[in-house]
Amino acid sequence: MTSSIMKQRPWVPLLYLLPALIIMFVFIIYPMFNTFVLSFRDKTGTQPASVDCVPNEPCWGNFENYRYALTNPEMTTALRNNAMWLLLMVPGTVIAGLLFAVLADKVRYEALAKSIIFMPMAISFVGAGIIWRFVYAIQSGGGEQIGVLNAVLVGFGVKPVAWLSDPLFNNYALMIVGVWLWAGFCMTILSAALKGVPTEILEAARVDGASEWRVFFNIMVPLIMPTIVVVTTTMVINVLKIFDIVFVLTGGNFGTEVIANRMFKLIVTDTGRSMAIAVLLVLLTIPIMIFNVYRFRQQEAMR
Amino acid sequence: MKPFARLNKFLSKLPVNLVLIALILLWLVPTLGLFITSFRPREDVRTTGWWTIFREQQVVGQVEYETYCASCHGMDGAAIPQANLADPELMNAYARSNRLLVMLKQPLEDDSPHMVDPLLPENVNESLAILSPVHEYIGALSGEETKGSRLTLRNYADALVGYKGTQDYLTDCQEGVESTLVKFKCNISDLLNPEGMGSAFINTLIVAVPSTLLPIFFAAFAAYAFAWMDFKGRQWLFALLVGLQIIPLQMTLVPIARLYADLGLESTFVGIWLFHTGFGLPYAIYLMRNFLGGLPREVFESIYLDGANHWTAFWKLAIPLSMPAIASLGIFQFLWVWNDFLVAKIFLSSKPVLTVQITNLIDPRGANWHILTGAAFLSFIVPMIVFFAFQRYFVRGLLAGSVKG
Repeated sequence: MTSSIMKQRPWVPLLYLLPALIIMFVFIIYPMFNTFVLSFRDKTGTQPASVDCVPNEPCWGNFENYRYALTNPEMTTALRNNAMWLLLMVPGTVIAGLLFAVLADKVRYEALAKSIIFMPMAISFVGAGIIWRFVYAIQSGGGEQIGVLNAVLVGFGVKPVAWLSDPLFNNYALMIVGVWLWAGFCMTILSAALKGVPTEILEAARVDGASEWRVFFNIMVPLIMPTIVVVTTTMVINVLKIFDIVFVLTGGNFGTEVIANRMFKLIVTDTGRSMAIAVLLVLLTIPIMIFNVYRFRQQEAMR
Repeated sequence: MKPFARLNKFLSKLPVNLVLIALILLWLVPTLGLFITSFRPREDVRTTGWWTIFREQQVVGQVEYETYCASCHGMDGAAIPQANLADPELMNAYARSNRLLVMLKQPLEDDSPHMVDPLLPENVNESLAILSPVHEYIGALSGEETKGSRLTLRNYADALVGYKGTQDYLTDCQEGVESTLVKFKCNISDLLNPEGMGSAFINTLIVAVPSTLLPIFFAAFAAYAFAWMDFKGRQWLFALLVGLQIIPLQMTLVPIARLYADLGLESTFVGIWLFHTGFGLPYAIYLMRNFLGGLPREVFESIYLDGANHWTAFWKLAIPLSMPAIASLGIFQFLWVWNDFLVAKIFLSSKPVLTVQITNLIDPRGANWHILTGAAFLSFIVPMIVFFAFQRYFVRGLLAGSVKG
């Protein structure tokens, strides 16, 4: 990091920093503390959470909202779903992104291919939700299927599936939307990393007779590992906060609830519980936050 | 030898090309389906898939007409002068299919039945089902608008004004349908109807522009201080900023909403501008500081040696040089705000932006796909233009560091 090269009075940096710092304090720091406090209050945010306790039923006193956040069946479903999203959708997206990056690198229409894959990043999640609601649409009466997926099924003589309300499929259907949205993001970042791999190394390996698979797994992947890690952590954060897709496609019904949607649903009706869920969400992101700061400090040390 | 080498090269690349093209098509199909649907008439959307427009279109009712009518009336409907089916005046007398059916069942002047062969089913409903396409076809012969594979812009009109009736906005206005006239004036001012995408578009624009400019403005100053000034706690403060970038939005919604309620900022544009500014700042500062810090030191040294102070260096040097970073940041923040749903839903509920308006239009029974698809595409226009025009800057913004939340 370059250090200052001009002497200045000690209050000068403050003048440059203060507007931004004040805004960030009011809109990020203060609300975080306030949210934390509210998570120990009742529905209206005026009394301690323990007033919601019902005699002869389990109660965690002032941690009552956290009991809800951790044990209520709707919340356990949400936590389980978020875990499933993490386990399936994050690797799915990163692998899809890597696949696109590698494939696009080998063809002449690379820019066009990448634009198309990347395009979903430009539109809103709500818009993407509408796009996919239409893909998954089902005509349960006798009429012709207007959703493309069910039309294909019917074309093969299979019964149409209620993709968004059938608990057997709906979570996976939502995750596919997530992969569709974010694969382009992963591709863009991974592709830039791949371009940074020195071609001499790859050529040398090929001359030595290594197959394309070995070049990919034994040379490329290890070399771009730091980028894969960055992309993965970013996707973990995105998935933890996943909200719009679920809100538009299923509203969190039929067993597709996720943490952020639960939080949104309760925001008006039960502030305390909603805030406890928000705190839970932040706690889940803290490991990534620490990792990012650690990585940043390492980078700075190298500059 | 050479042609074979070429062929071999082509063949070796073939699998890669096939896989990639298949995947690209897979990625395109969902959006393409929505796009095509947005131009299809309501009835078509409800009854057939969007891909059917690629099928060769047979004129509706032609087969039935040939079976039942062509032997007397001829292929063009004009073989019998006194019953010229291509005459619009005659056909207007039989505007509906069931009246057509009645007409067809009537005996002719010499008391022989109108249709001898082939016979229609006895059941009126079944006959009707067969004959209503005939009516369509005769309509086409007599110069009426044909139904079938036509595309329309009416869905966009419906979406823009927020029409929710059973026909479409333009038709209702033409026919003077009561329930529509109560809600709409049927002139240009309907574009600002608060339930429509037109007003939502304007709201979104009012939200997005200041929400993009304000954070860049404040971030530029802070980033300059982080990059070119020395002060105590600089490293520490900046590390904190890196951490703040991924704080979930959800953590701040309720306290800010309460604060706004006290200050009278609920559902105001100022409120949402400030919120987006606050939340955009950590990433904006991070990106701009990395860019400014990466500029050559000598440039700054020379301007300081010439006697410039920080203020001059900031405006004359830092800002002009960091235009690429500002462009990346601007596009990034603009798209983020334009596409945001949660913040707008909570802080600007009475003036819905595009994303919020779309969710207001969703019909759980799926009965208004024609409007929903039009509405979705209206919300895509601006981001698509920005994205394809400035893709380079957008990608650069992504690559410049970790990613905001």
